Amino acid sequence: MITLVNLTPMQPLVGCSLSLQVARWPWIYHLGMEPSHQVTSALLLMLSLRNGKGSTLFSLHGHGYLGQNHHGRGLFVTREHVHSQEDHDEKSHKGNEEPNCLGKDEYIDNATLSYRQDVRYFDFHIVYSASYRVPVLYFRTYSSDGQPLLLEDIEKELPGNSTNVLMESKWTFITQEEHPYLNRPWYKLHPCGTSEWMKLLFLTDPSLGGSQGVPVELYLSSWISMVGQAVGLKVPLEMFNKRKE
Amino acid sequence: MDVEAMGREAQKYVWEGAIPLQIHLHESEVTTLPHPSPALVLAPRMGYLPLLLPLLKPHFSSTLPPGVDTIWFEYKGLPLKWHIPTGVLFDLLCAEQERPWNLTVHFRGYPGNILTPCEGEDSVKWSFINSLKEAAYIVNGNCKNVMNMSQSDQVELWHSVLNGNMETYQRVSSKLKLEKVGDQYVGKPNSNLLKSRTNTGETDTGGPVKTGRIPVRLYVWSVSKDFDDLEDAPQIDSWDQISYMNRPVEIHREEDKCFTLRDAVKALLPELFVEKTLIDEEIPRIELEEESRAPSDDESNTRNEEDVEEKQGENVECCCPSDDAETKLKLVRIQGIEPKLEIPFSWVVNNLMNPEHFLHICVFVKVPQAKPLPHDR
Repeated sequence: MITLVNLTPMQPLVGCSLSLQVARWPWIYHLGMEPSHQVTSALLLMLSLRNGKGSTLFSLHGHGYLGQNHHGRGLFVTREHVHSQEDHDEKSHKGNEEPNCLGKDEYIDNATLSYRQDVRYFDFHIVYSASYRVPVLYFRTYSSDGQPLLLEDIEKELPGNSTNVLMESKWTFITQEEHPYLNRPWYKLHPCGTSEWMKLLFLTDPSLGGSQGVPVELYLSSWISMVGQAVGLKVPLEMFNKRKE
Repeated sequence: MDVEAMGREAQKYVWEGAIPLQIHLHESEVTTLPHPSPALVLAPRMGYLPLLLPLLKPHFSSTLPPGVDTIWFEYKGLPLKWHIPTGVLFDLLCAEQERPWNLTVHFRGYPGNILTPCEGEDSVKWSFINSLKEAAYIVNGNCKNVMNMSQSDQVELWHSVLNGNMETYQRVSSKLKLEKVGDQYVGKPNSNLLKSRTNTGETDTGGPVKTGRIPVRLYVWSVSKDFDDLEDAPQIDSWDQISYMNRPVEIHREEDKCFTLRDAVKALLPELFVEKTLIDEEIPRIELEEESRAPSDDESNTRNEEDVEEKQGENVECCCPSDDAETKLKLVRIQGIEPKLEIPFSWVVNNLMNPEHFLHICVFVKVPQAKPLPHDR
């Protein structure tokens, strides 16, 4: 079921993202192998436990979709749609944009999106920044005909509190930068303040901390609940409940 | 000449370094006959291509079609990433360094799906300051010193980069307290190194023990077919052929050894230095040969490195007939030179880094032919 990426020895960590099989909110990974990296191994371990498999090397490519429904226009909820390169190219805009490290994936396709002209698609990647030592959110957005959307247009579509988060917080701002691995311009949520936020978040919980630090899984869930706000992502509570199981 | 003086001289060479460019206007943008002659420009190594606009525009303006200018460059069809310093682009994309370097300039049709937008000098400046913040974060654990720079300091710093003015740059950037890398760096307190011994006195050198993280940007070009001469190296058609690693190097100091450039490359690319168990018996012999070769050669070239590696390669060949099975480090290029890998990394960083405080390293590697996929169990 899980297939592997064809990696050259030089392949760095590509993107890491939290996989949660929760109702209508699954997130899939796009993961490369970076043996020397502790965060990666922790994530891989977590992934393998969750999937009940022992191996450490796999790749699934996926998209997360925004769960906002703005009066029938704008953004749409969809279900998990993991797809292979060919599928992507069908609805794709720019031809062979994805790197060939995706390989061939088996996938579950249980999403059928109704075709509305104003549907926006979002791709989210979470990439670990070795410089800032925090995860960083990269995203891009395009309409159903593959046309990329401008940030100004996206910001109009975001729910009110998101734009507040973006504008008021000195810690969150979006820039257009090159995706660290895909050689394309993506939007990036700036990582400068991340470690500050996360410290604040975990300091308030007495059950956490200690010498072990925070489990990666919990860190990422909490992190995405914070940064998600800036881009209008809702993180369902089930995500946290499942963890306790 | 002592090491310090050599360092200062190296910095001067680096700041004054420039790439001779022969810039051709793309055919599609030529509206007059005869075709305009290419522009000949000396581009600073530490600079960025879009900053050449003021030099190029006058040269080509009479022939450009009407419209708004959005300058971009390409080399043999490859659109050039404007946020990479000119010298690095040249070192990376021209295995056999071509002089002058022939580039094509466009003023229209910006490939927004491939290159991030560039709105002139401001974009380049923003990218520069951002990188400087990142470097500050890596070295100091925070970017306060950069964020708190006064407006006039920021302007002066940027202009020193624009104009290639090393003295001004060093004066303004010293306020940022981005410490020079010293040989007395020790690893992190929880590293094995410090666990196994008592205080060696190194931490007494004054000041807190730093974690020794060095901002490095590594560009790895891997080819599957070996080549002996650089002019036989295949061309880079796409950025996907290059692995870009924006990852700090953690300096670890061991008692009798110096942290060398080789150690740094090894830290970033451990796969390159994996020893084959097949040649375990051969290793002592190879090491002996390395030692006898290295000190006897005073010339500053990398022939040694290549010879030793080829020798190692030969030994591997004895055990496994196919040369394709091994990974070879072909070239390490920094600021247009191929430094000996034994050079202390601290010297390399302090003298060869770019003004945004990153050391850019280009590495050419020959990798094994594509292997079958490993499988999940």
